[in-house]
Amino acid sequence: MNAVFWILSIITVLGGLAAVTLKNTVHCALALTAAFAGLALLFLQLDAQFAGFAQILVYIGAVAILVVFAILLTRGSETPSEGVFSRTWLTGLVIAAAVFAVIAWAVLRSGAALPGENAAPAVSVQQIGAALMGRYVLPLEIVALLLTAAMIGAVIVAMHDKGGSK
Amino acid sequence: MTPLAGYLLVAALVFAIGLAGALTRRNAILVLIGIELMLNAANLNLVAFWRYSPHPEALTGMMFAVFSIAVAAAEAAVGLGLVISIYRHARTTDLDELNRMKG
Repeated sequence: MNAVFWILSIITVLGGLAAVTLKNTVHCALALTAAFAGLALLFLQLDAQFAGFAQILVYIGAVAILVVFAILLTRGSETPSEGVFSRTWLTGLVIAAAVFAVIAWAVLRSGAALPGENAAPAVSVQQIGAALMGRYVLPLEIVALLLTAAMIGAVIVAMHDKGGSK
Repeated sequence: MTPLAGYLLVAALVFAIGLAGALTRRNAILVLIGIELMLNAANLNLVAFWRYSPHPEALTGMMFAVFSIAVAAAEAAVGLGLVISIYRHARTTDLDELNRMKG
């Protein structure tokens, strides 16, 4: 529990809070990027370099850009006159607070049962590559198939059907 | 408080923030942002449990997190494609107004 952990946690939580509360949607996307960066740095803090850099490449490099494109394509940056929160916002807030309370209670109650400090695992990218090509080769191929299907699906769903002949 | 408990609490907080965003915002894109935050909180849990597990050299938790990142990217692409498609049809992304199955 060092200072770096607390700073990164504060960046992540404040970024997440700003991403769901700000009025301007473009500002929300920027705050989301800050939260993603904080999470990537937390991964690095946890000695998971590969996961951290994958997080930076995929989330900050691709997902955040996709969100910005979607905002610009849908006039989402205009603030609606009747407010940015839905009519049932109080119910949603209560549910989220209850979920946090339950998880935090469970974590704090299990305090002594959780494993404590241990030596940092020395994991090289070579080991990760060997694992991906050996033990995890089937999930890797399935993910490849899933990404292809998702890409084709996203293009078909978002495609203009010109002339409306269907 | 062990370090693992700290990471788990941060992940729980991020998850709750994402859930609150997904449940309270009107804009469909902001709901997707909330879902992305929830997926990221789950990834943080996976990596934290991997780091403090007795056998981190087995790479199980980190591999789970990496695959989860890939699946989340696919989810974001399809979700935002659906939002754009709905916007083209209904000219709005306000979820309070999108209340008909057959627009």
